[in-house]
Amino acid sequence: MKEVSYYPGCSLHGTAREYDESIRGVSEILGLHLHELEDWTCCGASSAHCTDEVLAIDLAARNLAIAEKTPRELLIPCVACYSRFKVAEKEVKEHSKKLSFSYQGNVPIRYSLDFFCDEPILEEVKKKRVKPLKGLKVVCYYGCLTVRPPQLTGIKRYEDPTHMDRLMEILGADPIPWSYKADCCGASLVMTRTDIVRRLSGKILSMAKEAEADCLVTGCPMCHSNLDTRQDELGKEVGDHFDIPILYFSELMGLALGHKDTKKWLHHHITDPIKALGGKGLI
Amino acid sequence: MMNVNPLISEIAQASGENVQACYQCQKCSAGCPVAYAMDILPNQVLRHIQYDHKEKVLGSKTIWICASCYACSVRCPNNIDIAKIMDTLREIAIRSGIKPGEKDVPIFHSVFLDTIRSKGRIHELSLILQFKTKTKDFFKDASLGWKMYRKGKIKLFPSKFGGGREIKEIFNSFEKGKQ
Repeated sequence: MKEVSYYPGCSLHGTAREYDESIRGVSEILGLHLHELEDWTCCGASSAHCTDEVLAIDLAARNLAIAEKTPRELLIPCVACYSRFKVAEKEVKEHSKKLSFSYQGNVPIRYSLDFFCDEPILEEVKKKRVKPLKGLKVVCYYGCLTVRPPQLTGIKRYEDPTHMDRLMEILGADPIPWSYKADCCGASLVMTRTDIVRRLSGKILSMAKEAEADCLVTGCPMCHSNLDTRQDELGKEVGDHFDIPILYFSELMGLALGHKDTKKWLHHHITDPIKALGGKGLI
Repeated sequence: MMNVNPLISEIAQASGENVQACYQCQKCSAGCPVAYAMDILPNQVLRHIQYDHKEKVLGSKTIWICASCYACSVRCPNNIDIAKIMDTLREIAIRSGIKPGEKDVPIFHSVFLDTIRSKGRIHELSLILQFKTKTKDFFKDASLGWKMYRKGKIKLFPSKFGGGREIKEIFNSFEKGKQ
């Protein structure tokens, strides 16, 4: 059993609950023991960095200070939180920013997708795979913050990332090349300029459809929500009709690793993934 | 930095970015996914800063429409982190009290921060209701909300959290810094 600290973030306690449940489920199968940070608070996400830099760093660093008390990697499934944590880490390490609590910049901050793409974990996945996702054509959608800016994420192929594609191959699925891997879905503008999200996300689904994907895979709760919950609207926006399941990479891991709750996770989706997976004999 | 206008220095100090390095190749605007909705393009924002057109930049729609996707920042041949400059501009705009070019986006951010201040975490339902109260747009996405509720995606009550005192302190020093 490997011990890992865990910061779920606010979305995973709400709209992205299936992401939280699948990350926990998959971790259990892979021998990872997740310790949710005690008394964690919001990282400041989309709003603090638009308002005040010091506030943004303090809100993120408070959680890192809690994590630093125990020498373990910190697993973060939400890429917006991950990005804010990396910014705070950089400010403390490189610009010796002084904080009101004790945080030295010594926590290994790991984004879930990168973490599960580590070689030893991939080896474990290969060993424990019980149901290869044979015949499932997927497009891997990385979005913005999983890869950019590379000074924070450390991702070398930030214009054409491939690590999720490799994970999907290992699960037995068939990742299709497409050109919208790292485009923006409109993210937090969903509440305020929904029209922009409709246009950007609509384009992404059009391209996924053109690539003839059975589903789109992501590791970001905001992208998931924008792409999964309003497909009728997105279709109208771009003059098309969409019925493309949007899956978290961890849900497909759960499916391939035979986690008993996979179907439960999938029931939380607005665009039904069970039909498409059932059609391939995978569920 | 020598002989630069006040806006360039203010941005350099807050963000560490050098706006003078921009030579208008327009790569940022060419790759910006939300350029179509902006009133001035990212490369034009940088040019206006070079000319010290403070009100033009701070009152623009652009600084609020930028989705912080970082496509511009990674493609700039002069390594200007344009997305970071947008953050700094939003910060300066809020502080200066200038009328924002986009009405709802700054309201959203302030409601978001209020939710953290009072609840420590973002409880999505409280955030949405508060935002709707402020913008008086109660019907938008109502049917989507119902669909999400039926799928178990809406948590009705916020979770309890510790650390309230620390969060209060963080916001207190933020308020002090504003004065």
